[in-house]
Amino acid sequence: MSKHMTNIITGIAEIAEGIFRMRISSGYISANAKPGQFVNIKCCEGNDALLRRPISICSVDRPGDTYDIVFQKKGGGTGMLAGKKPGDRIDVLGPLGNSFDTGARHRRIAVVGGGIGVFPLLFVLDDSRAIVRRSYLGFRTSKLVVLENEFRFRSSSLEIATDDGSYGTKGFAPDILRRDISVEDFDMIYACGPEPMLRKVSQLAGEHNIECQISLEQRMGCGFGTCLACACKTANGEDGWKYSHVCKDGPVFNSRSIIFD
Amino acid sequence: MDIDMSVDICGIKLKNPVIAASGTFGFGREHAGFIDINKLGGISVKGLTLKPRMGNRPPRVAETPAGMLNSVGLQNPGVHYFIENELPFLRQHTAAVIANIAGNTIDEYCEMTEILSDADIDAIELNVSCPNVREGCIAFGTTPAGITEITQQVKRYAKKPLIVKLTPNVSSIADTAAAAESAGADAVSLINTLLGMAIDVETRRPVLANNTGGLSGPAVKPVAVRMVYEVSRTVKIPVIGMGGIFCGNDAVEFMLAGADAVMVGTANMIYPDACIKVCMGIEQYVRKLGYSRAADITGSLEMN
Ligand SMILES: Cc1cc2nc3c(=O)[nH]c(=O)nc-3n(C[C@H](O)[C@H](O)[C@H](O)COP(=O)(O)OP(=O)(O)OC[C@H]3O[C@@H](n4cnc5c(N)ncnc54)[C@H](O)[C@@H]3O)c2cc1C
Ligand SMILES: Cc1cc2nc3c(=O)[nH]c(=O)nc-3n(C[C@H](O)[C@H](O)[C@H](O)COP(=O)(O)O)c2cc1C
Ligand code: FES
Repeated sequence: MSKHMTNIITGIAEIAEGIFRMRISSGYISANAKPGQFVNIKCCEGNDALLRRPISICSVDRPGDTYDIVFQKKGGGTGMLAGKKPGDRIDVLGPLGNSFDTGARHRRIAVVGGGIGVFPLLFVLDDSRAIVRRSYLGFRTSKLVVLENEFRFRSSSLEIATDDGSYGTKGFAPDILRRDISVEDFDMIYACGPEPMLRKVSQLAGEHNIECQISLEQRMGCGFGTCLACACKTANGEDGWKYSHVCKDGPVFNSRSIIFD
Repeated sequence: MDIDMSVDICGIKLKNPVIAASGTFGFGREHAGFIDINKLGGISVKGLTLKPRMGNRPPRVAETPAGMLNSVGLQNPGVHYFIENELPFLRQHTAAVIANIAGNTIDEYCEMTEILSDADIDAIELNVSCPNVREGCIAFGTTPAGITEITQQVKRYAKKPLIVKLTPNVSSIADTAAAAESAGADAVSLINTLLGMAIDVETRRPVLANNTGGLSGPAVKPVAVRMVYEVSRTVKIPVIGMGGIFCGNDAVEFMLAGADAVMVGTANMIYPDACIKVCMGIEQYVRKLGYSRAADITGSLEMN
């Protein structure tokens, strides 16, 4: 169950250009959050950045009663969040949404992330009990590469791609996955990132008949299922479709159920 | 001393003047996870149509200065599904239930009114002004003649109090309100959203897939207060005011301007407890003024 809370920020650091990791104190969220879930943050009091901003939970420290979020400073809301100091309070709804299934039956997994989509995948690796865990992360350029050590530490292997080739392999994460997918015998793929990436990963998973869970983004009004703003197209019956809602039915969906336009 | 917060809106007894506005409170289930929805005066449910509706393509929301645009487009499971699957849940609670309806044709409005008149609801709210659906709906609400026609027709089928929800996208809202009153409306509610547009300068495209959407939130409040003032001076039927109410004093502005009750919309999406906070704020204000009933402040505005 999600709650409306005031949480206290215990730490904040810029870990790459314009990307911030924030540690937030909440026994409730650290104890209850599952990988893939998000919090919806009121970045300031009053009418600037009126709507809440959805940010994924990146990791939890259960003994320490804290959770971490990582966010890119993009516009007004995340800009104000980046200016927060330890000790500041923030108004949070969470944990929200469904979660990645990290069940123990998934023994050989691939995680595929792009840009700000890599953050929830760290939590997936923390929760998963898979033996083989291959991570494929894509970033626009070397300056935006983040959490490399954290991912390396939790993975059997880590591949990094940059669009411009300034770090790791030049190209996109799904292209590296394509290379490995026929030899690795994965039983689950977890993916989060920009839509073109998700589309490619879903397609690959389909071709190789591998189960795949993807986490979607959509502009949100409420974040808890009441306003119906965050629609995404999902399969319905034989060849029909309907609008599901990212904040409530998702953000995680079986890749087969999503209809990319 | 206890303040009497109850108000009477065309025969519906509300335990307090705060009602959740249509489209921002679903059918109450999500908010019930955060708050005790028994504390609300009423709930106007997500706009219902005769048949289920998919709604518009996303993105359906764009933030704007002190407000937001939405183009949800009346996604809803249809009036029959509502009665069978959502109404029983709402009826386990004590808040009045207002069925907000929209149709493509006057016949559809009439059919829904007939169906809902036999259901266990407290009132019907006619959305004759949804800016997000191309067909029908919008046309009825924008002229006094259109309002007269639809209100008269629907009234023939209504066995429940009929609230006509007015659009601000008109040249004189007092005229449309007067038309609703003379055609038999039992109350009016206002304002629905203001038609707006936001453009992403990077992509040179509107942010909303639907291009335009309805503006709500604090940005619309002064417009809404002015309109409630004009309408409440024009009609004798109860007036329900809304538009950008986030706190008790916001609601008090509407009541001073003549509103008998208020609806809280956008604020519910940001603060799940918004209605409760608004209600507490009204009570505090009434107490501070030394009145004993919330209804006493309605229309007590003094003009300069
Ligand atoms: C489920 C979910 C999880 C997310 N997790 C993360 C994360 O872990 N780290 C991270 O950096 N970002 C994440 N995002 C994206 C993040 O929500 C946006 O970057 C942020 O809302 C931008 O706000 P702003 O005020 O800085 O930007 P502005 O562009 O000024 O925002 C204007 C409006 O658009 C909305 N908006 C803009 N970009 C997005 C977007 N990509 N997705 C949804 N709404 C958007 C904002 O919420 C706001 O309402 C997530 C989005 C979703 C839907
Ligand atoms: C996301 C959203 C959905 C809405 N859906 C409806 C609807 O289905 N029917 C309706 O009559 N009004 C609808 N409205 C309008 C509100 O009920 C209200 O009239 C308007 O938002 C102004 O109040 P506010 O500023 O407090 O939100 C919707 C508003 C929003 C923000
Ligand atoms: S954002 Fe309101 S329903 Fe998903």
